[in-house]
Order: sequence, then structure tokens, then C-alpha cells
Amino acid sequence: MSSTGTVVTPPAEPSRAPEDERPSYLQQVLDSSWMIILSAIVIALVASSVLIAAANAEVQEAATYLFARPGDFFGAAWDAIYSAYSALFRGAIFDYQADGLRRIRPITETMLASTPLILAGLGLAIGFRSGLFNIGAQGQVLMGGAAATWIAITFQAPVVVHVVLACLAAVVVGGLWAGIAGFLKARTGANEVIVTIMLNSIAVFLVSYLLTTSVLAGGGSRPISPPVGPNAQLPLVLGPPFRLHWGFIVALLAAVGVWWLLERSVLGFRFRAVGANQEAARTAGIRVNLMFVLVMITAGALAGLGGATQILGTDKTLQASSAGSIGFDAITVALLGRSTPLGTVLAALLFGALRAGSPLMQTSANTPIDIVLVIQASIVLLIAAPPLVRSLSLVHGIAKWTGRSGKEARA
Amino acid sequence: MNRVTRAAALAAATALALAACAAAPDEESEESPEAGGESTGEMVDYTACMISDEGGWDDASFNESGFEGLQRAGDELGIETKDAESTDPGQYASNVDAMVQEGCDLIIGVGFALEDAIEAGAQANPDINFALIDSAFSDTEFNPVTYDNAKPLLFNTQEAAYLAGYMAAGVSETGTVATYGGQPFPSVTIFMDGFADGVARYNEDNGTNVQVLGWDKEAQNGSMIGNFSDTEAGRTTTEQFIASGADVILPVAGPVGAGTLNAASQAEGVKVIWVDSDGYLQPANEENKDLILTSVMKLIGNAVFDTIENAVNGEFDATPYVGTLENGGVDLAPLHDFEGQVDEELVAAVDDLKQQIISGELVVESPSATPTE
Repeated sequence: MSSTGTVVTPPAEPSRAPEDERPSYLQQVLDSSWMIILSAIVIALVASSVLIAAANAEVQEAATYLFARPGDFFGAAWDAIYSAYSALFRGAIFDYQADGLRRIRPITETMLASTPLILAGLGLAIGFRSGLFNIGAQGQVLMGGAAATWIAITFQAPVVVHVVLACLAAVVVGGLWAGIAGFLKARTGANEVIVTIMLNSIAVFLVSYLLTTSVLAGGGSRPISPPVGPNAQLPLVLGPPFRLHWGFIVALLAAVGVWWLLERSVLGFRFRAVGANQEAARTAGIRVNLMFVLVMITAGALAGLGGATQILGTDKTLQASSAGSIGFDAITVALLGRSTPLGTVLAALLFGALRAGSPLMQTSANTPIDIVLVIQASIVLLIAAPPLVRSLSLVHGIAKWTGRSGKEARA
Repeated sequence: MNRVTRAAALAAATALALAACAAAPDEESEESPEAGGESTGEMVDYTACMISDEGGWDDASFNESGFEGLQRAGDELGIETKDAESTDPGQYASNVDAMVQEGCDLIIGVGFALEDAIEAGAQANPDINFALIDSAFSDTEFNPVTYDNAKPLLFNTQEAAYLAGYMAAGVSETGTVATYGGQPFPSVTIFMDGFADGVARYNEDNGTNVQVLGWDKEAQNGSMIGNFSDTEAGRTTTEQFIASGADVILPVAGPVGAGTLNAASQAEGVKVIWVDSDGYLQPANEENKDLILTSVMKLIGNAVFDTIENAVNGEFDATPYVGTLENGGVDLAPLHDFEGQVDEELVAAVDDLKQQIISGELVVESPSATPTE
């Protein structure tokens, strides 16, 4: 959540001047090479291991007599780091301590956790490629989830129909919610960053309110919806004990769809043209304002579907906080994936792994949940750093090197 | 500038080096506590685990109280404990699953939000015991259900809040008292229900007309700030109450109460009633503790400790624990600085009501209280 601040603050405006050769901040982030991203992840993991060791009680104790018996200190530090990362591995990829089928359950948990991030991240990626800094995935996810929940708990329908209807409702409501920001930008020039942030707040309070009424809370006295019925749930892919549901498959299909949209379709070409240069796009006869609205609707529809998969597949009940930090993590995911569909899927899987691994890190290795969040935040910080560094022209060598690979990426 | 940095770095390095200079503990001394620790009990092969809701263990509210109970059980019973904090609802189920994988014997969920996760865990793992704080179990139709291996820990908080309301009405000089909550959860509004009823009882007994701002028990509607963290919102809400003439305030929003204390310290003659634990004894309230009239205590830690202790002794049973004035699960805190300032007749009347509630002569009701039968 706090991570978004680092990305948002430097405005993309200064580079608008035509004589300025440097691409916009957003463009620079999207252009950072795979090497930078990979090293950012590695550096973040290394930096976090220092924190893991520092937060460990045994390490702290051993540090008080570091010079008397240094072996204790390094031993304890190694134990802490090793147990934390092995717990992460056991929780997110492969549990070598479990029996039978449960051994591969962690990787399915990673896929499960990445599902809403893929969908919301894809939506944001379309926006970023079109030059729209959409911060509103959080609200779109929540509104989509709420719409899906409402269909699921209010109506009765046969097996396949019910879940499809609920997902469609999420797509429509999510799209309309984001469409408000696109419409305001197109008609009045309202800044989409501010509008989407405000829409996030409105969504949270609107859903909180609806959860106190019979619309979403059913007959209960608590601000939590009744569980969605079996017909409206996304079916499991592998069956128990795996929780992985069809939402993940839908998310992968959506990634392929977004790839086709951006790289192969006329509409996607227009989106990208608007993102590359609004003035040129307008001169070329592209209706830029219409594109703003369409981009936001597409983004919101994907994010809304992400919310639906979270409720209909994973959580089964809706709360005001059901969106968790999906919408904000998705911003990181989209930027980390350089706003390409494949990159977004991979980045979402990385974040899903961190999320799936965190319960075992807490219970088995006593690593505070905050450390996991710190790992995520440091990745973002390091991804966001190269353009910052370059814009301050401190490290010319790096700037040149990344500039070259950046051109390749843009071509 | 540069010199300053260098000097600071040197000082920091020296401090670190000095801090690391302590003598290594002897191997023997490490073993001695175990050898001499027979009185405190040797390590028991039992693992008690606890999962927080979104608030986390440092929420200065029910997560923290519950966690203290778990830590006390770890220290005093010599059992192993594990804990996991949740940052959003999506993690409840996976945290329960991780606990099951880690071989926990008893898994405690804090807060009604974990009901589904604990319920699913109890159904899937009949040989593991579960407990849930602040909520009983119900099915999709909201009908109560029970499990042989899942114990709800509930609190008749309205009983203690009733006494607080009675006392507040008696202490108020302006004839107006106020309350507000964090969010309209049953575990919050139960305080406000009892408080409002206590004030009404005082009016009935004394022919007065003390008003309650911020809560309407009939409509189950009142002032909510929308979260359990925005101290500033607590401060402005309290200022509005004070401006409307209220001089006794009951904030039911965990750490947000600090904002109320702050606002009360700026006004003349305004008193605060704390919730969950004895606010007078909390280090964070040190500065303004003389404003705390009393506290509506909900002793979650004790309930957790007792549940774990029984389970360790093989006496776990799934019948709900209900904290009442009778068993000390809820209580009104001592008056501390207000001892002697509050009218003795009022104190006697409150004590009398407490006895009536304990004897069952007086029943304080709240729609938020979970029916246990």
C-alpha cells in the first residue's frame, strides 16, 4: 500500500515539452530491462534477509556478545534466514516436509493468490501502455467483487449460468466504475490519478454501507455477506485438498486476450498510440478522448473480474476489506511486468508466491508478516529507482546502458 | 556536513561495537534454567496457535488482549505457541491451513471475521481443537451450529457497560453523556447497548433526564468513525460531543480512544470511560490517565489462558465460554483517581446493580449478545 507512494509521486508531466528528449517517468519504468528487474528482486531478497536476521530474537541475543563468540551470531543469523526462506519455499512452491499430494499444494496456492493480481494487473497494464496512470484497481476489484456477491446471494440459477452471470456482473460494474474516471478525463480533463483514488474511497465506503443493509449482508447482523452458494462458486481445477479454481485459467486466458488486444488489434494499436504521444495520435485521426474512456472501461472490467474470482473462488464471503491490497499490489505487478501480459503474469506469480509463503514464514520460521511486505516494497523501490537515478543524472553509465536496452524495448 | 556524517558514523560504529562486547553466556547457565525450572513446569508437548484478524497483534484491542493470553500460556504452562497475523480476509483460510500443517493442537481465531475459516478448519480436522473469540458458529442461514472440537469465547460485555452507563449518568454534570464506535460490529455495539441502558436505568431511578449522544439502541444506529485506527477522527468526534454538552465519553474503537483522551484534556471537566482493558494502567495513557473515570473491561486474555490450560490438561470442551460479571470475564475497572470524588451513594448503587446482575435478578439485554442456548 505504502509502496504506491514511491511510484506515484514523481509526475509524468515535465517530459511533455517536445524539446525534452527524455521519455516520461512512466515510460522509463516500462522500459527498464529484464536485468534490472531481476537484480531488483535479488537485491530485495538479500536486503530482506538482513531484516529477517535483525528481527530474530536469537540473533539479537547473540549480537550482544558478537566479539566474544562470533560463531553464535553468524550461526543464529544463518538459521533465521535459512528457516525463513525455506518456509517461503515450502509455502509457495514445494513442501518437501508434507506427504503425498499435499507436497505440490503450495504451488497451487501461489497460482490461487496470483489470480486476482493477474487480472487487475492486466487492466492496469493496458492503462499504463495507453498513458493512463490508473490507481483505481482497488475500488474496481471491490466493486466487481460486490456485484458478483450480490448476484450470487440474491438470485438462484443453474450451475454454470449462475457463476457466469456473477462474473459478467463484476465485469460490467468494474468497467463502469473505472469508466467514470475515463469519462471525467475525456470530458473535463480531470486527472485520472486523483479521480481513481477518490473512487477507491467511495467504493470502500459504499460497500461498507451496503454490507450493513440486507442488499449484501443477507439476514445477518454483521458486516459480512453470507457465503456464496455452490452454483455461484468457481469450480475447483484439481479438487480438494487444492483450492485452485478456474479463475486462474480465466486469468491466463485474459492475459492471452490482452496480448492480442494490445499487439494485434486495431483498437490496441490506438491505445498504444495514445500512450506514446497523444498529440500525434490526435493528428493521426484517433479520437483520444474516446480511447481514454475505452481504456478505463477495459481496465475496470478486468479488475472487476479479478474481484469476482477472489470472492467466488477463494474467499466465498464479501467484507469491506475483501480487496485487501490487491489493487495496489496490482500496480506493482503491472510495473514489474513492464506492462506486458506475459510480464504481468510472471510478476503476479512472484507476488502470489510471497503471499502464499507468508503463513508458513510466520508460523514455522517466526518471521513477522511485515518482513514479507518489506520484501515487496523493496522490490518496488528498486524497480522505481533506476528512472529516478537517471532523471537526477547521477549515474550516467547506468543511464546509457539502460537507455540502449530501453530503445530496444520500445521499438 | 561531511564531517558531521563521518562523526555520526564513527559514533554509531563505536556504539555497535560496545554493544557487541558483552561476555558470551556459559554453556552451563543455558542449561540451568531447565534443570532448576521444575517448579514452573517442564516443556509440555502441546502447541497452542493463534490467528489475528486484520488488526494485528498490536491493535491495542482484542487481538492484543488475546495474544497476551497466548503468551502467558506459553510462559506459565511451558507449551509451544505459534501465531500468524492476517493482513486481509483472504489470508484467514491459508493461515488456518498453515497452523494445521505445523501440528497445532489448539487453534484460536480472534474475531468474528475468522468464523468461516475456523469453522472449515474444525470440520476438516476433527482431531484438532479450535476456539473462536467474540463469535459463535452459524450456518449459511445464520442458524447457530455447534461443533465438538470448536469452542466459542463470548462476552456479555453489555453487563459491565450497563454499570458504566449508570455511573456515567450519575457523574455527568451537564446531563449529557456520549459514545461512539469504530465500526458497527456486534462486538462494538454491545458496549453501546449496555451503556445506553445503564443511563436509562439511572434516569428511571432518579427521575433525571440524562441524554446519550452517539447511540440509539432502538434503531441500532449511532456514531461510527469507520475504522479502528484514525485517532484524529476520534478526537474531532469527541470535540463535537463536548461542544454538544457531553462531559462523559465512551469511545468503543480500541486505540482511537487516545484521540478522545486528547480532546478531553483540552476541555474542562470531561471524563472518559475506556474499553477492553483498564485504561488507567495502560502506559500509552499515562499522560491523561487522571481523565479516565473507569473502564469497561473485557478480559479476553484470561479466557484464552483458561481455554488453553484446560486443553493442555485434556479437558477441552466445546461448550461456549461466556464472560460475565459473575465469572469475572467482564468487569468495571476500579475508579483509581476518582476514588472518593464520585458520590458514595452512586458507587453503592452501581455495586448493588452489579450484585443484581450476578444474581440474575437483573438481565441486561443486547441484540448483539450471541445467544448460547
